[in-house]
Amino acid sequence: MVRAEQVRKSFGRLEVLRGIDLEVAPREVMCLIGPSGSGKSTFLRCINHLEKIDGGRLSVDGELVGYRQSGDKLYELRDAEVCHKRSEIGMVFQSFNLFPHMTALENIVLAPMRVKGDSKSVAVDRAKTLLARVGLADKVDAYPRQLSGGQCQRVAIARALAMQPKLMLFDEPTSALDPELVGDVLDVMRKLAEDGMTMVVVTHEMSFAREVGDSLVFMDSGVVVEAGPPREMLANPKQERTRTFLSKVL
Amino acid sequence: MDVVPPMVVEPGAGRPSAIKAVPIRHPGRWVATLVVLAIAGGLVYSLLTTDRYHWDVVGQYFTSRRVLDGLVETLKLTAIAMAIGVSLGIVLAVMRLSPNPVVAGMSWLYIWFFRGTPVLVQLLFWYFVSALYPSFIIGIPHGPAFSRSTNELITGFMAAILGLGLNEAAYMAEIVRAGIISVEHGQTEAAQALGMKRLQIMRRIVLPQAMRVIIPPTGNETISMLKTSSLVSVIAYTELLYSVQLIYSGPSSVGAFLQIPLLIVASLWYLIVTSVLTVGQYYLERRFARGAVRGLPPTPLQRLRRYLFTFHAPPPAPPPPTIPPGRVGGPR
Repeated sequence: MVRAEQVRKSFGRLEVLRGIDLEVAPREVMCLIGPSGSGKSTFLRCINHLEKIDGGRLSVDGELVGYRQSGDKLYELRDAEVCHKRSEIGMVFQSFNLFPHMTALENIVLAPMRVKGDSKSVAVDRAKTLLARVGLADKVDAYPRQLSGGQCQRVAIARALAMQPKLMLFDEPTSALDPELVGDVLDVMRKLAEDGMTMVVVTHEMSFAREVGDSLVFMDSGVVVEAGPPREMLANPKQERTRTFLSKVL
Repeated sequence: MDVVPPMVVEPGAGRPSAIKAVPIRHPGRWVATLVVLAIAGGLVYSLLTTDRYHWDVVGQYFTSRRVLDGLVETLKLTAIAMAIGVSLGIVLAVMRLSPNPVVAGMSWLYIWFFRGTPVLVQLLFWYFVSALYPSFIIGIPHGPAFSRSTNELITGFMAAILGLGLNEAAYMAEIVRAGIISVEHGQTEAAQALGMKRLQIMRRIVLPQAMRVIIPPTGNETISMLKTSSLVSVIAYTELLYSVQLIYSGPSSVGAFLQIPLLIVASLWYLIVTSVLTVGQYYLERRFARGAVRGLPPTPLQRLRRYLFTFHAPPPAPPPPTIPPGRVGGPR
């Protein structure tokens, strides 16, 4: 589903990604962990072209992200094409980024109606189903400011799912939440994984990585230090850096 | 070490009694009140007893045909000039934030020029523009063309609209730009991640949120425009001010010294319209506050009622928002 080969990215002089090789299979749940500044969020944002990569190849579902290859030449994709590709990838942010001037329902139906061109009745029906699925059927008309952080994040997940994406990206979805609200959000993500969604999750929740993740990737200063099945890696890290990091967070 | 017994309060038992204390006196406030009332009283007395104000003339002309016609023209100018200002201002603001340096530069140049020259000069310039370009031609070389005499095209009304509207656009552009950059970047990113296009994001996500920042200064600009439109009298356009000027300098008024009462007539109308605009702005702000605050602020009527019925006591807390308690997150 996602394939990264030697992906590089710099912000000015600072090299944030220094050759990332990764592969995410369909229906796989991959968890990215690592200290802050290790480039894991940047890599996630490269997958839906919120950041442009400077080197290497990054593809989703067999198609390059942000470019079209013809012969050995790369052509930048036009705005409309980038938008179309993004619409097939859901993304959930650390700070939710719900649209505060819209109700929960309006947040969810906006993109299906304006981007996919769904009719209002179809979009509203699906939005209500999704809200019920994340346990917020009674919050249809609530504004984000009237919801708790955990509720906001679940609306944000429903908003991303409303586009019926083939891949979901989670950028530290529980880091801004009060501890007792984390569980609700993780439960929704766990159900999503059980339903077979392909997911890339940047997280600090090691128990989620252990129980739900199919693979675990540890990144540090822009490179993948170690990758493998989560249980094994968490119990028996092979690299010294992984061991040091895990000893601090576990 | 002694163990301090935990403070356990039995429900209902030993509840401390409510505080009854003598409030602090404020003699300074009474003195200040008396001084202010004395000055205000003097002013009112002078207004009422100085017959050179000619209140009878004010009353006589207040709703006269010519004054009302002038008022309508003033309202028309204000509305059209603000419409041009706001729409062109939005375009200029979006241009200014464009990644294309030429587009952004043009917008900067426009704002620099129109903010940097007096609006009075701009009005006169448009009024006399026919001296510069005697005819106005749009067309393609060797192709069909549209041509009109500039004198026909740029009437007093057009000159007034162009002068006021184009100048206003420069100010509105900066106000709109401030609104746009006040919207958190995460909003744009979330919309991008959903596959929305640049203009869609601007229209559906950024501008509605920017409105909260844009509306108060725009209300200010509208009120300012109402009064700035009186400058149009220099190009002999009969709006409110020029209407009363024509009355007091007309042949039938020679020697009557109607200047002051008629200027009062104009001022009263400006004040009335400003008051109406202020109320309108309040309700507009209230509408765009949706989702930004937990409960909407009270309307002026509600506030007046609350103020009248709570003499001397602090206003009661606003009614709690209609959210079930215990399920509310902290403000973010």
